[in-house]
Amino acid sequence: MGRYVLRRLISAVPVLLGITVIVFAIMALIPGDPATAILGSYATPENVEKLNRDLGLDKPLVAQYFIWLGNMVQGDFGTSFSLNRPVIDEVLERFNATLVLAGTAFVICSVLGIAAGVVSAANQYGWADKAITFVVLLGISIPSFFLGMMMILYFAVSLRWFPVSGMWPIYGTRDIWALLDHLVLPASALAVVATGVIARLSRSAMLEVLRQDFIRTARAKGVHERGVIWRHALRAAMVSIIPVLGIQAGFVLSGAVYIEIVFQWPGVGRMLVDAILTRDILLVQGGVVFVAACYVMFNIVVDVAQSLLDPRIKT
Amino acid sequence: MSLFSFTRRGVLAAGTALALSLGTVSGAQAQTPPGVLIVGQIAEPKALDPAAVTAVNDFRILMNVYDGLVRYKDGTLEVEPALATDWTISEDGTEYTFTLRDGVKFHDGSDFNAEAVKFNFERMLNEDHPYHDTGPFPLSFFFSAVESVEAVDATTVKFTLNSPYAPFLSNLAYPTGLLVSPAAVEEHGAEFGRNPSGTGAFKFAEWRSNEAVVIEANADYWDGAPELQAVVFRPITDANTRTAEMLAGGIDLMVEVPPVALSEFQGAEYTVHEQAGPHVWFLILNAKEGPFADKLVRQAANYAINKTALVDEVLEGTAAVAAGPTPPAFAWAYNEELEPYPYDPEKAKALLAEAGVEGAELTFYVTEGGSGMLDPVAMGTAIQADLEAVGFDVKIETYEWNTFLGNVNPGLEGKADMAEMAWMTNDPDTLPFLALRTDAWPDKGGFNSGYYSNPKVDELLEAARVATDQDERARLYKEMQVIVQEDAPWVFVANWKQNAVTSDKVDGFSLQPSFFLLLDDVVKN
Repeated sequence: MGRYVLRRLISAVPVLLGITVIVFAIMALIPGDPATAILGSYATPENVEKLNRDLGLDKPLVAQYFIWLGNMVQGDFGTSFSLNRPVIDEVLERFNATLVLAGTAFVICSVLGIAAGVVSAANQYGWADKAITFVVLLGISIPSFFLGMMMILYFAVSLRWFPVSGMWPIYGTRDIWALLDHLVLPASALAVVATGVIARLSRSAMLEVLRQDFIRTARAKGVHERGVIWRHALRAAMVSIIPVLGIQAGFVLSGAVYIEIVFQWPGVGRMLVDAILTRDILLVQGGVVFVAACYVMFNIVVDVAQSLLDPRIKT
Repeated sequence: MSLFSFTRRGVLAAGTALALSLGTVSGAQAQTPPGVLIVGQIAEPKALDPAAVTAVNDFRILMNVYDGLVRYKDGTLEVEPALATDWTISEDGTEYTFTLRDGVKFHDGSDFNAEAVKFNFERMLNEDHPYHDTGPFPLSFFFSAVESVEAVDATTVKFTLNSPYAPFLSNLAYPTGLLVSPAAVEEHGAEFGRNPSGTGAFKFAEWRSNEAVVIEANADYWDGAPELQAVVFRPITDANTRTAEMLAGGIDLMVEVPPVALSEFQGAEYTVHEQAGPHVWFLILNAKEGPFADKLVRQAANYAINKTALVDEVLEGTAAVAAGPTPPAFAWAYNEELEPYPYDPEKAKALLAEAGVEGAELTFYVTEGGSGMLDPVAMGTAIQADLEAVGFDVKIETYEWNTFLGNVNPGLEGKADMAEMAWMTNDPDTLPFLALRTDAWPDKGGFNSGYYSNPKVDELLEAARVATDQDERARLYKEMQVIVQEDAPWVFVANWKQNAVTSDKVDGFSLQPSFFLLLDDVVKN
């Protein structure tokens, strides 16, 4: 087991190196440079050249890449041009906010999605199954940013139950209740699509398991129906549900970009969009590398979890 | 079945309970505290160091924390005393001597004096200054004419310019000329932008990244302490979300209201403010080659485009029709006699026939968005339709803003016949000097991307730059506007009106033509 984990970790290194090359190349290739973005109307060739020199962007690209990579290996991600603060501070702070949002949405969609799928499968073709299938279809079809805007209009502007945007109150205590208060709308909007997908796939995974012999055996020996479904069938079905959860976790993380923009959530997705628009090279590069590293780690964790649950996977 | 009802009831009950309990908590929070003004800004500021930033978004905060030697008179773009009480200009226009206000202190307690002024300009301009590395200072070229700054005595400071440069005073009134505390720069170094200290009506209190910048009233302000206790600037990038926050009571003042959202604020509980600014939106025409090399065709384009429809319908009344290259906000330099080209497609067709250019193909550069560009795609499409109605065949090429600038700034030759553009400046000198002179063609480092050239205009602009008398400058600019309008190097389209919405709790607020946000006289009940 330990060797399996180690092997997976080592294989992540070339992936991460490849990512640094790609993101650096993309930022170098797209037209527009930070000096032009900063100077706007005043971007005369002379002013641009001077500012590029001040920003250290006048060196050859290869040199810039290795300086960046070398500093990054030592934990120095550089300083953001547009925010004037260390990239790593900004990325960590923003990533933290994204984790809170995406984590909550992930919990919501896993619990609701699996529950809905199980209930659907247990009542196949019953009215509960039909109702859930319909709601799920609806949920999958609504774009999350649109749903987010509608939720703001109804729950925040009309009813005033929740704040419109942000992560913390501007005044007042910053406790868990204040956070939850700000979290309800964005996390729900973000969870909707993933809930639908998880519900669908849990339903089919459960149906497959429910047809198997050991379920009949369990019922025959008199296990209560609730026990059959939740303990025996769901446990077996989890083997095929967990990879779906892994994929959906990725979707929730990337889907957070839209939600962060609509709800003004101070997350890493919105940070990257802003950074790309202002050609904040170091912030884009640092942010992408950090997020990519997290994805890679996440995939390793999912694979390991699966190998623990399913002894058939060789480690 | 029992299984399902259990789940449903449980989920419903838990969900409702959570929603209700949280809802009651936040019901009270939607009210903003009295005496504290909450402003919905368009982005997170970069830094609160006036020498290091370039965005209007940052200037809106800075103008309340710092003062310059001079400032714009309320409601105008004319210069009046601020930290300098008066000044004299030498006969040849190269020496400016300022008398400084006595007894003013920075927020950190250090004294404001001539040495502090000298420190500020040397930090920005002198590469050997010990604190030059707290930059970069992208707009330092505003003061590139400054050769030396001398502290004559504690309250007298003398600037020597390398040549006469009339916009110097209004550049001092621009945020790049705001004065920072040398002691604070020495203490915080490159971190000064997050630990600002000035002499302004408000002092910096707190900056929570991506959440809020808080400034508090400066009780010792030399121009009278502000009415508000504090101001909170919240960055809300998405315009729809900013509108929703305003409607929900989460902010008291919102800037840059999207035109389509203005109708939401018609009720008595809101006030909509509008103010035309020193902005002009125009089309650069390629006067070097192709159909627009002929003045008649350029004039025809000006007649063919329905500018009234553009500002009223596409921009929903958030702009006014522009008559010439100088925005009316520069009241002292604007030629009131100028009338915009009327919308007259017949006249346009006649001019095209006279020029012998009918059915010409045009390549038109349009941007997706950008600083001051308003609604460029919709405007570009409407302009295309108007030009096609008089017989042009217009092909639009759309680019993202940075790519667009990379295509337009080096000149349109060999690429396009026309391009959208917008400028916002602080002095009537800047735009024509950088974009209409023969010496400002792209190969000479300027922004004259359409290669307009008229020796008389060059002469007037050079003369206006070195004249120190404002009336003389005004006369030169007014003459220049008449010639440029006639020559039509651009299609003059619109002057943007900045807007803002305040709630009924806010009194004493007005927008400035400079587009800065001045809050020292604002009251919140």
